[in-house]
Amino acid sequence: MKRTVTEKILSRASGRDALAGSIVEARVDFLMTNDAVGELVVRAFEQLHKPVWDARKTAIMIDHFFPASTEDAARVHALLRAFAAKHGIALHDGEGVCHQIMVERYVKPGMVVVGTDSHTCTYGALGAFATGIGSTEAAGVLATGALWFKVPESIRVNFSGALPQHVHAKDAVLHLLGTLKADGAIYKALEFGDCKALGIAERMTVCNMAIEAGAKNGIFEGKTSADSGAEYERVMGIALGSLEPQVACPYSVDNVKPVAEVAGTRIEQAFAGSCTNGRIEDLRVIAKVLKGRRVAKHVRFLIAPASRSVLGAALDEGLIRTFLDAGAVMLNPNCSACFGGQGMLAAGEACIGTHNRNFRGRMGHKDAKIYLASPETVAASAVKGEITDPRKFR
Amino acid sequence: MKIVGNTHKFGDNIDTDVIIPARYLVMPLAEQAKHAMEPIDAAFAKSVKHGDVIVAGKNFGCGSSREQAPLVLKHLGISAIVAKSFARIFYRNAINLGIPVLESDAPDAIEEGARVEIDVAKGEITASGKRYGCTALPQFLQEIINDGGLIAHLKKI
Repeated sequence: MKRTVTEKILSRASGRDALAGSIVEARVDFLMTNDAVGELVVRAFEQLHKPVWDARKTAIMIDHFFPASTEDAARVHALLRAFAAKHGIALHDGEGVCHQIMVERYVKPGMVVVGTDSHTCTYGALGAFATGIGSTEAAGVLATGALWFKVPESIRVNFSGALPQHVHAKDAVLHLLGTLKADGAIYKALEFGDCKALGIAERMTVCNMAIEAGAKNGIFEGKTSADSGAEYERVMGIALGSLEPQVACPYSVDNVKPVAEVAGTRIEQAFAGSCTNGRIEDLRVIAKVLKGRRVAKHVRFLIAPASRSVLGAALDEGLIRTFLDAGAVMLNPNCSACFGGQGMLAAGEACIGTHNRNFRGRMGHKDAKIYLASPETVAASAVKGEITDPRKFR
Repeated sequence: MKIVGNTHKFGDNIDTDVIIPARYLVMPLAEQAKHAMEPIDAAFAKSVKHGDVIVAGKNFGCGSSREQAPLVLKHLGISAIVAKSFARIFYRNAINLGIPVLESDAPDAIEEGARVEIDVAKGEITASGKRYGCTALPQFLQEIINDGGLIAHLKKI
């Protein structure tokens, strides 16, 4: 039987032939939850009156509302800290965005990982099957270590060539989303062929946004590769060399345009960070743009490194000095402005960010506008005060 | 399971940030529910009556995995959601909370405020005397819904 990468991993984890369309119960190798939904997980778990299946395979992240700026957030954090201590579960308290910590600490190729956050699909960059689940299901996994899955059909995407200057993995995935559309991969796996031109950080950016096409998971071939002759719903080829900088425009992630079409749009805020593009590789690109320049007077440029170790690396490399000298605002590693946790927008304001969603009201007022782009496009736009084509930036 | 209620109609790609913006996620449920659908319909939470039904276009519930999205709708009294298609995490979350989620092309033809009858077991929707089919849920998912959600279901078995 010829199998896709996802079918191979789910076959291993379920002990049977997990072919697309079948429903299997798979053993879970790791479970992650966080403070956005953690209270629901704890409440549901406590109703089951069962012990934790394996505390060593579980982690709790305090990342969405850290440090707490409301009493409700403080209450949830206290609850999660007590729950983690009681059950001996690893707690990452203010160390950064859950997905970055997961990749830094826990995820290994071939694993089945579930998390109570839709961007759990990021870990496919390492060749793991990883998907977002709800809090009630997470409570079930916490008690049993298993979960049922409908094995997804796969859409195969082959990247070829190399990215041109000023074009990044974010542009490649935005281009893909513009083609597939927001519901183009519902219940499907996006399988990416191994591609020498894309490193782990770039693969994380690509897999991170698989959910924005509705996909169950995004996964790169690596240690586990697909059988030749595996069945795909669709095979797509993307020549990296033909891409140009892209911008996802309000109010959906699939409303993708070449940057030239929106260049000149005034912005009041720029944001760099998140599980999509908050890594050291991204901060280096931003520092290169900001070096010796100033953020436009009317722009707030917020930078939140994805984790404490990313922040540390940026500090060691002198990037933080560059950011401060340029007039950017450094925020602690957390989910930050991506979902409106910090850096909210007023009516009529516009923000360009490196994050993953531009839904109406996500970052504040329902009439605020959110644009999504690569770290380089975001940094160039912050300096110019308007959406800027990084290829034309001087 | 049979459901009778009045509809609230929405379009395509209703995302979880619209259903419940993230900044409200850690509030007590009753407080959160007041903000349901706020970015596109600020009057929604007040206008929902117990037993009402949501009808919507494709990809309902796309975006985040937050279970608070179906939870606030349940809290407000929404008894079923009929959409042309659902985002998968929302779909599983709704079932796990005991909310019938039904895929159908009927939303195109059903008007805002219409009275609808839904036969979940049969996979049938009736509105203004007309019948529409919907994808029938597999038996094991119907059992979870009938028990009032996954936790109640797991306690029973």
